[in-house]
Amino acid sequence: MDLAHISTDSHINHSHDHDHDHEELSWIQKYIFSEDHKVIAKQYLFMGIMWAIFGGAMSLIFRLQLGFPNASMDWLQPLLGDWIKEGKLDPEFYLALVTMHGTIMVFFVLTAGLSGTFSNFLIPLQIGARDMASGFLNMLSFWFFGLSSIIMMVSIFLETGPASGGWVIYPPLSALPQAVTGSGLGMTLWLTSMAFFIVSSLLGGINYITTIINLRTKGMSFFRMPLTIWAFFITAVIGLLSFPVLFAAALLLIFDRSFGTSFFLSDIYIAGEALQHTGGSPVLFQHLFWFLGHPEVYIVLLPALGITSEIIATNSRKPIFGYKAMILSMLAIAFLSFIVWAHHMFVTGMNPFLGTIFMFLTLIIAVPSAVKAFNYITTLWRGNIIFTPAMLFSIGLVSFFISGGLTGIILGNAAADIQLHDTYFVVAHFHLVMGSASFFGMLAGVYHWFPKMFGRMLDDTLGYIHFWISFVGIYMVFFPLHYIGIAGFPRRYYSFTGFDFTRSFTDLNTFVSIAAIITFTAQFIFVFNFIYSIFKGRKANSNPWKSNTLEWTTPIHPGHGNWVGEIPTVYRWSYDYSKPGASEDFIPQNVPYAHTPESNLPNEVDPVAHKH
Amino acid sequence: MAHSATIDNNSEDIWNGGAEPLKASWGKLMMWFFLLSDALSFSGLLVTYGFSRFSHKAYDPNIHGLVFKFSDTYWPIPEAVFTHIPFIHINAPLVFVGIMTFILILSSVTMVLAVEAGHRMDKEEVKKWMLWTILGGFAFLGCQAWEWSIFIQGSEEGRLLLDGSKVFGANLHVNEYGPQLFADLFFFITGFHGTHVLSGVIINIIVFYNVCLGTYDRVGNYEMVEKVGLYWHFVDLVWVFVFTFFYLV
Repeated sequence: MDLAHISTDSHINHSHDHDHDHEELSWIQKYIFSEDHKVIAKQYLFMGIMWAIFGGAMSLIFRLQLGFPNASMDWLQPLLGDWIKEGKLDPEFYLALVTMHGTIMVFFVLTAGLSGTFSNFLIPLQIGARDMASGFLNMLSFWFFGLSSIIMMVSIFLETGPASGGWVIYPPLSALPQAVTGSGLGMTLWLTSMAFFIVSSLLGGINYITTIINLRTKGMSFFRMPLTIWAFFITAVIGLLSFPVLFAAALLLIFDRSFGTSFFLSDIYIAGEALQHTGGSPVLFQHLFWFLGHPEVYIVLLPALGITSEIIATNSRKPIFGYKAMILSMLAIAFLSFIVWAHHMFVTGMNPFLGTIFMFLTLIIAVPSAVKAFNYITTLWRGNIIFTPAMLFSIGLVSFFISGGLTGIILGNAAADIQLHDTYFVVAHFHLVMGSASFFGMLAGVYHWFPKMFGRMLDDTLGYIHFWISFVGIYMVFFPLHYIGIAGFPRRYYSFTGFDFTRSFTDLNTFVSIAAIITFTAQFIFVFNFIYSIFKGRKANSNPWKSNTLEWTTPIHPGHGNWVGEIPTVYRWSYDYSKPGASEDFIPQNVPYAHTPESNLPNEVDPVAHKH
Repeated sequence: MAHSATIDNNSEDIWNGGAEPLKASWGKLMMWFFLLSDALSFSGLLVTYGFSRFSHKAYDPNIHGLVFKFSDTYWPIPEAVFTHIPFIHINAPLVFVGIMTFILILSSVTMVLAVEAGHRMDKEEVKKWMLWTILGGFAFLGCQAWEWSIFIQGSEEGRLLLDGSKVFGANLHVNEYGPQLFADLFFFITGFHGTHVLSGVIINIIVFYNVCLGTYDRVGNYEMVEKVGLYWHFVDLVWVFVFTFFYLV
């Protein structure tokens, strides 16, 4: 109340001074520091797309180096300046590119861009709430992400380059500024940026969780929630529990770097001279990092799986197969994600017996994952499938989830991992199962909910072209990498031609690079479609996909508060598609059983109305 | 309770939407989930402590001599390190930190009383107990500053190093009491906790100020006191763990 008081005061003073820009102020409150979850979601989406273009472009530069090691890169000089030396990409900048590509894609695109967009947009709309529990904290969450983005962006333009120790920032490489040029200011900014990022994700996460618990509309029990909401809920909980551990690790690393402590450092000699650090352990950092790092995989993947559940059920015109099994498997995946982190560390010299335990736990994840995959397929089975672009991307996700997941079973074996660890096999695995699958989930979500976001439709034809080039292209890029990995070529190496056993893969790498260029270029079809359709797209009707969920009961352009008048009450789950006896093939959640006597099952009766 | 909106619902109804199923406002839930998250940060740090400690040797009288001496080869035993009380020159292992702990726990008790007075909408009582809590927080921080300065200063005789030089006290680079990591972790973890206490005190002051202005009387409930109370108890609980790890085991 005091705050409100103060701000009105200053507002009055302000308008005395410049009466004319009163309009502008409200524009800022509406579009910049907005507290409306829909605007914040769009902010996250625009930021995510921007970062995705950056991160993708970086991967193209290092793919050029890998695919065409002898080509001159002089033409990139205007863009990269001194990072091109005598027509060659600077090897240290190559490492920086790899690091930033990973950081940007994992955190800025697939965590903030994906969860930030769809959790914000869909949670209030699908559970029937006017907004998030705290619009103010939600706004802060986005702007902490904005701050973190700016810092990370600044680090890219440093003369010494951004962080270059890999997105996992293992010490001692990341802890000693003299190790590599990127470990100087670039690394400091990386850590600062991530600290703000964690604050952002914390503020977002507590908002998502409390909103789902407290603000569901009447009748929206947990087991009537769409699977999207379940996925966002579980994702938020995982983030809440894992990010603070990275926060602790990052703080300790900052102290090692800047204040001379030895948490992660011990017995290091540089140029024959011993450093004063003693007693610490770099392996400890790996434990702390992967305690976040592995759950992070599911923070990235689960929202995409939730979105896919929703889109596949809607466009198969069938209830999702195994609704409760889907929830249980997501819970199981979430639980297991916290007790498998050491499978990233099989070759750090850990006790082989411990490795066996982590291997066992890791392989168990295959069970709930397989349940999900089979449920998607059985939902599609004999459905009246409508191949919208969103549906194609969702099916594409299922394909990547399966083909990338299978190699996970291979990698999870501690013995096989000795050969495969840190090779391109790992790169192929996680780019399919986590990278591409989540990316497809994000795209599917944009295609599906674009009409709700902007009141217009994306162009279908461009969508189909975008899908087929992306889908084929991604397999062209990542399938060959499996072979390169099995042959033993390590990831993050600058040059493929340095060793006899890898030289024979040069042509395969050229192929991969060309496929990558085509796939990346195809994304601009989407970017064009996206921007064009915001302004010029075909006008959407209020429920273009004939969907059951509550967001389609709002006006085409929902205002702040989402529903005009009362929030609808929910009477059924969100998957009453093609119900036997019903006149139409969908029954929205806000239709009471009393209105549909022809299709009700024996146990389906409305609860007796309470007095209020 | 401030939330009497959901009175006689049976448990099934409560979870069916349109209600607060955990019988807590979203603000209070947010505090709980924030604390859950923060607990994981502290766990990360305490795991780091455990990991570091077990990668060093423990002091064993049969090997290292019956009289404990500070040495790089084994982790120090806390009773030998924390033996000082300000102004008094006696050997009093863990007495000062015991007083600190007692003060902090006492401030948790006064916080409970403030929350309870808030439920009764008794502004004067809330003011009184919030003030005591703030004083307790300051007292704890003061003690901690003293504890740190004693730790930094070190013993009068110091420890002789292999190269003949002597080291007094500890900082982030040298450590009289044993392996470097002992001091690094001591400063980092108690510092991280101290930062939490400091922010708690600042938040308490803001809330105290609002109580005095009558803000919560106008809002109609003292839930804000309850929320900072949760935070304060959490900080207290974390101290119990920090105390256990650094001073007792």
